[in-house]
Amino acid sequence: MSSLLTDEHKAWIGRESPPVTVEVSRRDIVRYAIATEQVQQRFLDGDEAPPMFIFNLFGIPRPIAELRADGLPRGSGAGPRLPLARVMAGGTELILHRPIRPGDVLTGTTRIVDMYEKQGGQGPLIFTVRELRVTDAEGAAVLEELQTSIAR
Amino acid sequence: MRIADLNVGDTLPERSHTPGNVSLFLYNAAVWNAHRIHYDERYTREVEKHPGIVIDGPLQGDWLAQCVTNWLGDSGTLLRFQYSNRRATYLGETLASGGRVTAVDADRNEVQVELWVKNAAGEITSPGTATVRLHAASPRADAD
Repeated sequence: MSSLLTDEHKAWIGRESPPVTVEVSRRDIVRYAIATEQVQQRFLDGDEAPPMFIFNLFGIPRPIAELRADGLPRGSGAGPRLPLARVMAGGTELILHRPIRPGDVLTGTTRIVDMYEKQGGQGPLIFTVRELRVTDAEGAAVLEELQTSIAR
Repeated sequence: MRIADLNVGDTLPERSHTPGNVSLFLYNAAVWNAHRIHYDERYTREVEKHPGIVIDGPLQGDWLAQCVTNWLGDSGTLLRFQYSNRRATYLGETLASGGRVTAVDADRNEVQVELWVKNAAGEITSPGTATVRLHAASPRADAD
């Protein structure tokens, strides 16, 4: 199969992005809990973040002028410019060491661990797998995630 | 919930989800996602060629995590969780989340479950799995 991924793309495998630090607020947890229709009181009160609260938590907010026509940031999710532009979330794999709570100061470090192609029903797909490691202010591990995004 | 009461094949409570424009807006605001396929129908149809507004994949991931956390309540903690988005779903669809116990490890006090989001046709749009650890019973779960 001819490859859409060049050596230049594959050179990104193993590259780490600069760490991003975020402070988790109770208000942000409450908003997320309402938007996702949580029912556990500890989430609705913002005492603890639901597991999927981490989705895009370490994405760096970009100025509106830096968004593409589709609304996503240019070069979203540190990585090479791909020959396929439509990006979708593909899934995630989480190892949780402890819950995230309000006041946590978390540092996330992202690294591309794999890029591969598959032939989908409607054309080629490029899968990018990113590893995210999150630690707290004391340097203790909070979670590890393998997140897959799909370009089509 | 006690490990002694759990068996392979036990089901987790099902829940029905019918996201609307307002709930999708709030979700995408909460996760700071401005991708137009989640709110701009004309753009979504004409440019990205979807039949309608797309329900976020990670939102379905959240429903799967909730399927576990709601079943578990205060009885234990979620250790591992994974899911993948296999099939696009669209505004107007009613989806159902559910799950089933696939392994019970009484020595480690751990339980594995498989999870799914299904569409109205019964097709799995997002499969997943999770491992939970129940809090240790006191002093012995089988002694009372």
